[in-house]
Amino acid sequence: MSTVDRDRPNPSTDPAWEIVIGLEVHCELRTATKLFCGCRNSFGEEPNTSVCPVCLGLPGSLPVLNRTAVDYAMRIGTALHCRVQPSQFHRKNYFYPDMPKDYQISQYDVPINADGWLDLPDGGRIGIIRAHLEEDTGKTTHVGGGGRIHDAAHSLVDYNRAGVPLVEIVSAPDIRSAEEARAYVDELRAILVATGASDGKMEEGSLRVDANVSVRPAGSTDFGTRCEIKNMNSLRSLGRAIEYEAARQMALISEGGTVAQETRHWDEGGGRTGSMRSKEEAYDYRYFPEPDLVPLEPSEDWVAAVATSLPRLPADRRAAVAEASGLPAGSDAVATVVRLGLDHLVDAVVSAAGPPDAPSVAVRRLANEVAADPEAAASLDPASFARLVGMEAGGALTAAQARTVLKAIMDRGGEPEAIASELGFEAMDVSDLEAVVEEIISAHPDEWSRFEAGEDKLTGFFIGKVKAATDGKADLKAASSILRNRR
Amino acid sequence: MTAMSRRITTEGRISAKEVAHVARLARLRLTDEELERFAEQLGAVLEHARDVEQLDTAGVPPTAHPLPLVNVLRDDAVVPCLDRDEVLAQAPEVEDDRFRVPRILGEAP
Repeated sequence: MSTVDRDRPNPSTDPAWEIVIGLEVHCELRTATKLFCGCRNSFGEEPNTSVCPVCLGLPGSLPVLNRTAVDYAMRIGTALHCRVQPSQFHRKNYFYPDMPKDYQISQYDVPINADGWLDLPDGGRIGIIRAHLEEDTGKTTHVGGGGRIHDAAHSLVDYNRAGVPLVEIVSAPDIRSAEEARAYVDELRAILVATGASDGKMEEGSLRVDANVSVRPAGSTDFGTRCEIKNMNSLRSLGRAIEYEAARQMALISEGGTVAQETRHWDEGGGRTGSMRSKEEAYDYRYFPEPDLVPLEPSEDWVAAVATSLPRLPADRRAAVAEASGLPAGSDAVATVVRLGLDHLVDAVVSAAGPPDAPSVAVRRLANEVAADPEAAASLDPASFARLVGMEAGGALTAAQARTVLKAIMDRGGEPEAIASELGFEAMDVSDLEAVVEEIISAHPDEWSRFEAGEDKLTGFFIGKVKAATDGKADLKAASSILRNRR
Repeated sequence: MTAMSRRITTEGRISAKEVAHVARLARLRLTDEELERFAEQLGAVLEHARDVEQLDTAGVPPTAHPLPLVNVLRDDAVVPCLDRDEVLAQAPEVEDDRFRVPRILGEAP
C-alpha cells in the first residue's frame, strides 16, 4: 500500500488534473420476499431464520422470479429514462462463503434496463449505462483481529440477506468530482425512494456505492487506468474515498509510476484506500445463461402501466417549484424545498392566489426557516402558511416580522393574523409611514440633499433610521419607495 | 465461458492449459492425464459447435432458453422458511446461530 501525504492539495481543485468517476449503486428492493424464493426480505431478523432450500443453494431447488421485484426494477429503469427491454438471467460463478450456491444470479449482456440518464439539481446530466436485477449475498461477520477480515481468526455467515433482490445501477463515467458524485447519489436515492422501490437507507446497507475512479491531465479525452473503490457506507465516506484515491493516482503518475487496475477497499478509520488482493488475478466469472430461469419479456402494457403509475420525480418537482416561484430550477432554495418534500406548501400558496411574488417569498421561507426544523415542517398547516406568506408578500408584515410569526406557528401552532396582532405587528398605515419618513428627512437635511443629488448609497442610512424609529414594524420596501418618490 | 467460446471457434480446439485454467476456476484438481483426456473430449464438443457454426443463421434470433416460455413469475407472498435448528444441523460448524467458516483470505470480488 503506498502512502500519500495528507497535506496534498485538494485534487478536486487542482486545475492540472481531471477526475473521472463512474458509480455502481446497489439498491435493495422493498419487496416482501426474496428475488427467487418466498423467504421474508427484511432487515434485522434473527440470523438464518429467513432461509430456504433455494436461497441456501441446496441441491434440487429451483428459483422462481418475484413479479414485484421485476415491477420495481422497471420503475427504477423508467424513472432513469432507460429503455425497458426483454432480458435474461446469467450465472456469475465464483467461490465465496457469503454465496452458498457458488454463483450469483445476475443479468449480463441483456439487462432489463439500458441507456438512460439522471439530471442533477444543478442542471448536469449523468448517463446511466444499465440498471439490472440480481440477488444479494449473505452477511459475514469476522471474529477476532478487531473484526477486520485480514486479521480475523474465522468468520460467521448469516444467509438472511442471500437472495434479497437488488437493482445495480451503473452510471457512465460522466462524474467529475467528489462533490458531483455525492450529488448523484443523493439525487439517485431521492428517485429510488420516489419510485417506491427502495427505502434509500445507506446506513442499513439498502444502498451501497462502489466508485470507479481514474485521473487524467486536464484537457485529455483519453481515460486513465481506473481503480474500483468499495466499502464506502455514507455519502461522506464516498467523497473522502474519491478525493483520497484521486490524490493517490495523481501522486503516482507525477512520480513516474503507473496506476494498476485493481479493486481497492476504503478504510474509514485510516482515511485511505488499500489494495484488496495480494495476488492480482483477473476474475473470470464464466457467465452463462441461467438454465433454471426463462427469459423475461415484459409486455408493452406492463411497461406502459409502470410509466403511468410513477409519481412525479424530483427533477419534475423542482421544475414545478421553479415555474411557480420564478426562481431557477438549479437554485439551492428550490432543491431544498423538493428534497425536504415541502412543495405542497408552495402549491398551497399558489392556490391561495395572493400577491404575485408570494410563491417566491414562500420558497425563501421554506428553504430557510421551515427547512431548519423538519419536524415542525411536517405538521405545518398549509392554509396558515399560505396566509402568512400572503401577509409578507402584500406588505402587511415585514420580512423580520414574518419570520417571527412563522417561528411561533411552527413552535406552537395558531393563526398568523392572531399571532401578528398578539405580537403588536400591526401593519403600519402608509400615511403613518410617510409621516415617519418626513420627520427623518427634516432631522437630517444634509444627508437628504446629498441623497437628492443622487448619492444612492444613502438609502441605507435613511432605511436604518426608519427601522429604528418604528421599532422594526415598518415595511422597509414601502419605506424605500416613499424615499425614491419623495426625491 | 463467453471469452472461451470465442477462443474456441477461432482455433477449433482446446489446450490442456485451458482445461487446467477452467478446472482451477471450478476448484477441481485434475491429474495431467485427466487434463489431456478432457482436452480431447472438450475438443470434440467444440468441433461439433464449429459444425453448427457453419449453418446460415442470419435472421434466426438467438435462443435464450430451450423452453418456449417467457415470464414465469410468482406473486410476492411470504411462505414459511426452514427451521433454523434444522438448517444449522447441516453445517460443519456453528457459532452464534451462524455458519462458522475458516478464515477468509480476501474481500468478496
